[in-house]
Amino acid sequence: MTRLATGGRIDRSAPLTFTFDGAPYTGYQGDTLASALLAAGVRTVATSIRYGRPRGIFAAGVEEPNALVEVDGEPMATATTVELRDGLTARSLTGRGRLTAPDDQADQAGHDRMHAHCDVLVVGAGPAGLTAALEAGRTGARVIVVDERTEAGGTLLETRDLVGDAPALAWVAAATGLLAELPEVRVLTRTTALGRYDDGYVVAAERRGSRGRLWRIRAAEVVLATGAHERPLVFAGNDLPGVMLAGAARAYANRYAVLPGRRAVVFTTDDSAYAAAAELAEAGLEIAAVVDPRPGGGPDTAFEVLAGHVVAGATGTAEVTGVRVAGREIACDLVLVCGGWNPVAHLYGQAGGRLRYDDDLACFVPEGTAGRCRVVGAAAGEFSLAGCLGEEPRPGPPAAPVWLVPGDEPGYDTHFVDLQRDVTVADIEAALATGMTSVEHVKRYTTAGTAHDQGKTSAVTAVGVISALRGVPMGDLGTTTFRPPYTPVSFALLAGRDRGVLHDPVLTTAMHPWHVARGAVFEDVGQWKRPHHYPGPGEDMAAAVLRECRAAREGVAAMDVSTLGKIDVQGPDAGEFLNRVYTNAFAKLPVGSCRYGVMCRADGMVFDDGVTMRLAPDRFLMSTTTGNAAAVLDWLEEWLQTEWPDLRVRCTSVTDQWAGVAVVGPRSRDVVAALAPGLVLDNAGFPFMTWRETDVPGAGGAARVARISFSGELAYEVYVPWWYGLALWEAVLAAGEPYGITPYGTETMHVLRAEKGYPIIGQDTDGTVTPVDLGLGWAVSKTKDFIGRRSLSRSDTSRPDRRQLVGLLPIDGEESLPEGAQLVEDPDVPVPVPMIGHVTSSYRSAALGATFALALVKGGRDRIGTTVFAPLGDRVVAARVADPVLYDKEGAHRDG
Amino acid sequence: MVIVGAGGHGLATAYYLARNHGITDVAVVERGWLGGGNMARNTTIIRSNYLLDESAGIYEHALKLWEGLAEELDHDLLFSQRGVLNLAHTPQDVRDGMRRINANRLNGVDAEWLTPEQAREFCPILNISPDSRHPVLGGTLQRRGGIAKHDRVAWAYAGAADALGVDLIQDCEVTGFTTAGGRVTGVRTTRGDIGAGRVALAAAGHTSVLAALAGFRVPIQSHPLQALVSELLEPVHPCVVMSNAVHVYVSQAHKGELVMGAGIDSYNSYAQRGGFHVIEHQMAAALELFPIFARARVLRTWGGIVDVTPDASPVIGRTPVDGLYVNCGWGTGGFKATPSSGWVYAHTIATGEPHPLNAPFSLDRFTTGALIDEHGAAAVAH
Amino acid sequence: MLLIPCPWCGPRAEIEYRYGGQAHVAYPPEPAALTDAEWAAYLFLRDNPKGPFAERWCHAAGCRRWFNVLRDTATHEIHFSYRAGERP
Repeated sequence: MTRLATGGRIDRSAPLTFTFDGAPYTGYQGDTLASALLAAGVRTVATSIRYGRPRGIFAAGVEEPNALVEVDGEPMATATTVELRDGLTARSLTGRGRLTAPDDQADQAGHDRMHAHCDVLVVGAGPAGLTAALEAGRTGARVIVVDERTEAGGTLLETRDLVGDAPALAWVAAATGLLAELPEVRVLTRTTALGRYDDGYVVAAERRGSRGRLWRIRAAEVVLATGAHERPLVFAGNDLPGVMLAGAARAYANRYAVLPGRRAVVFTTDDSAYAAAAELAEAGLEIAAVVDPRPGGGPDTAFEVLAGHVVAGATGTAEVTGVRVAGREIACDLVLVCGGWNPVAHLYGQAGGRLRYDDDLACFVPEGTAGRCRVVGAAAGEFSLAGCLGEEPRPGPPAAPVWLVPGDEPGYDTHFVDLQRDVTVADIEAALATGMTSVEHVKRYTTAGTAHDQGKTSAVTAVGVISALRGVPMGDLGTTTFRPPYTPVSFALLAGRDRGVLHDPVLTTAMHPWHVARGAVFEDVGQWKRPHHYPGPGEDMAAAVLRECRAAREGVAAMDVSTLGKIDVQGPDAGEFLNRVYTNAFAKLPVGSCRYGVMCRADGMVFDDGVTMRLAPDRFLMSTTTGNAAAVLDWLEEWLQTEWPDLRVRCTSVTDQWAGVAVVGPRSRDVVAALAPGLVLDNAGFPFMTWRETDVPGAGGAARVARISFSGELAYEVYVPWWYGLALWEAVLAAGEPYGITPYGTETMHVLRAEKGYPIIGQDTDGTVTPVDLGLGWAVSKTKDFIGRRSLSRSDTSRPDRRQLVGLLPIDGEESLPEGAQLVEDPDVPVPVPMIGHVTSSYRSAALGATFALALVKGGRDRIGTTVFAPLGDRVVAARVADPVLYDKEGAHRDG
Repeated sequence: MVIVGAGGHGLATAYYLARNHGITDVAVVERGWLGGGNMARNTTIIRSNYLLDESAGIYEHALKLWEGLAEELDHDLLFSQRGVLNLAHTPQDVRDGMRRINANRLNGVDAEWLTPEQAREFCPILNISPDSRHPVLGGTLQRRGGIAKHDRVAWAYAGAADALGVDLIQDCEVTGFTTAGGRVTGVRTTRGDIGAGRVALAAAGHTSVLAALAGFRVPIQSHPLQALVSELLEPVHPCVVMSNAVHVYVSQAHKGELVMGAGIDSYNSYAQRGGFHVIEHQMAAALELFPIFARARVLRTWGGIVDVTPDASPVIGRTPVDGLYVNCGWGTGGFKATPSSGWVYAHTIATGEPHPLNAPFSLDRFTTGALIDEHGAAAVAH
Repeated sequence: MLLIPCPWCGPRAEIEYRYGGQAHVAYPPEPAALTDAEWAAYLFLRDNPKGPFAERWCHAAGCRRWFNVLRDTATHEIHFSYRAGERP
């Protein structure tokens, strides 16, 4: 109501203009939105969510239950913690925020994450926290102090307490000065400790204008000096604007030089409100009376004290105009309430710490230590300043809490417990009437304590009300669980810079710029970007893939295969090791040869496959599927280290050491001949499934060429060091130019391999498919053990009618079977229709001149030649079951 | 009869024992407060669009029960069939999605495929930009899916069971079992022994501990699963969106808070809490899909204990101890199954034989290899 | 975010590690000699105690070594770690 002429921690030389609900106002640097609104005489700042009642500013900090505002696009903020800035625009809220279309500029602005380690983390820079920080800092320990306020001092900023004979703020200044001199001490203001996690890990949010920092602090010890929150009193009409926590009014006067009213009644069960009243009176507030239910009242005071009485109700409609006490009405525009103090024990509770109800203090107090957390000061129930400063505590008189103040009339409809959720004592009565007894049930039934403030002023009060209504001691009821974060935190701050491309790393090959320039359409495979197809002018995907396929079958085509996982397996026992991880044998593979291998999980299901070259007696180069490279390396290392440490084998990922190009098609030999002039290329000199080292002059020299085919055509895979990948690609294309070499992508690769019945692990398998199911029984050794072998003989796994990989030829070769189509024997039976399999891969084949598919079909190999149906809602596609090898079953194309 | 655990499944089991089988001499014992475990901690998504016949059977049965549950229990459960959209981000996701909707339809479960544009029409705040790191390539929609208010479900079943004569005993922890000749004869609890001819475990993440007391093992591992809510917001998100690939599932509750689930923490735990990095990752993923959430604020995070089996499907049936039954392993999917889980479990306990819907979910499938591997399709490679 | 003591690298944040479940479950020397039930127990049954638990972790983003940790699953307190092949 009144801005005081002097005092406070505001800068009167820096006026700031702002608007609230469209009206312009002025405040000062150092104000919060709440203090500026109070100074401007704004009493009503919100409308309540259920009852539409007017609500005013109730507190001065994070515990504020009422004053929710939208501020400059922030959908929900608490006016008491919004620092005033010039041009700020705020709008009051009715309990709900409003998300609006994101502002790319502001919302993409990265919030940062900071990592810190320290010996001692002190949460709270009030008297107890500063004392603890000094004590730790003087030992040379690395100390971090975090505090949610804009400056250190805690509640000393809000009182006129003295330390010795001097103002407490002088002590604060001295303490922060001393801390600043200690090189290992760091004080972070505007930084709220959100949560405490295992092993001394504390997450804190630092406000830095529109960008924030999320601190991840690992501390050997956490000192919780988080203070206490003042408790309201529950009486009729206690939600009217003008009812305010006594300590909050004290804070507004002392810190912000604002008197939040003109004439106040103080309603308190605690001595602290007497000091508040004295300071407020000195600042010019008229104290009409102090109402103190304690028979003897509180400490000596100059004010009229109505001891042994209560405020039976606040009067007024839009705001408070008076109170009823002892049958008389006292006019006032401010009711300052204090029902005692609750230690802020959130982080302690999160650490698994126990809270004990202390009858003398009438609050839940942390007991002992928990999870590296030690609690000091008011948070530990030490409410005297002397005690917080480490001096002899001066305990106050035993508390005499009043949890529920009966009104003049029966009923509790306007006795508010949770102002934000509009929960009254009547609601709690209703919950209890249903038979609920647990505090958690009542909380959930009424929603008390679940609002943005997480019950900072209401949770314990609700327990008190339950205690009063049920006649059960507080300690038997306990509290609800403290759940992080301590104060709400934006999604964007938690996401940090893990946005957009940084959300998940993107891997590209050395040839990637070429693919991009050529207009390739990419596919995500794991973290890799792979060309899916290369559309030509005016071509759609189907046309491009048909063209690419034709080139591979009839001429020559090239593919970037650099993304294939590659693992260098070395050691004297490498052959034995591969024998154990692959279903087929590798120990006797000759140097210079390659072999296709399948690996299973221990449950016998196919996990990965690929071709492995033997580079030397003690060295293999294993290839894996693109998406599984890391998982396969993990798998190999796990078995080596945990089961077979006796095997002398080392595995190293070399995926991004070697760039590779597959040169595929009848003319591939000509291309490779031009590319690697020194290479003997005839079938006898360079047979299928062998590899050679050679010189590729166009790509840095040394290269490894393997005769591997994933298409059934004559084909070579050429590998050079990654650095030369692009040069290799361009050299291949140059060498192939006379033959019309065509770059192709993963889709064409998939078509070509499917025509040959080669499965893609992860597409034609789903973690429930054995090698035998895939028709790879020939690659399953009968003589050696391998991972998963025992599983293959389980009763269900060895059933002959398991789902098996087969080919499907639609009866109408123009009609395609969608991937994912389910197959049935009879499409005309009512639901549930028994399903016998599903389509895993489906393409249009240039070579076959028709569509075809691969499918997993129950007992599929015995169904070859029969017809199955794919019901697709609007149509049914009939298809003939076929052998999965649909193209060149004799392998005539393999050698060119 | 004693049911151990007064969560959703235990309470529903008690209710259906009384309702379907006329068995009311039942005590439900609960170590904490009724409905206070995973029932109070889940993100309340309800759907039945599972791939495999066995799963579709039990979850669709649940969904059908959900559709009449408010009326039957005479309790507003805030059951809202606002549709559940599962997004696809890779070609393999698309294949898996198509496979699932085709299977759903043939199993009589409603399912639709939405293009990215249709998905955005259904959920206007969804980011379908092809430039997104994990672009939306489409999605499956089950319109009958949705959400309900978990607490009310627990209270409604509790109230209905209570009305039929079932005893609900809170603050009563089972500390052991009494047996005679290989057959269970009762439970020992912190509040004394209770004799019972049959004992049914419905203890989710704590099942292993109880099974150990009874002398057998169950193939589950207990992990933290975290979830969170935002502050109350004006309606902005009309449906349920799930994305397995980027680990997001989110809906907006009736009051207005966004309700989101995070990924499972990797390690075994009974602490009902996980690591904050999981939450951070979850927020980053959510913003990729819903940029409008950037300035929303996380109000509260918490953790539950999920009991995960090797094939991510539950175990419901007999145990090696005569008269002792087990219902566990629901992992992240337990809430939506509450009605049918109670239904078939009650049948199993009452008759001594599994209901056809839970027969495949026996313990011995792990021996034969006949797993019900809903997560198999996630074994993506290539 | 656990702080896990790698026996080679020292204490590091949990995100550097991969979890491996129960420790000391050896691959059966002769799988073929096992019954289906015994094999299933190896494949699928792992202890799941509430309390101290010997479990495997791999320092995946560090030395990539597997090792063992005795951790309390009720409190997350780590009692100690030890190298693979060692007994505590």
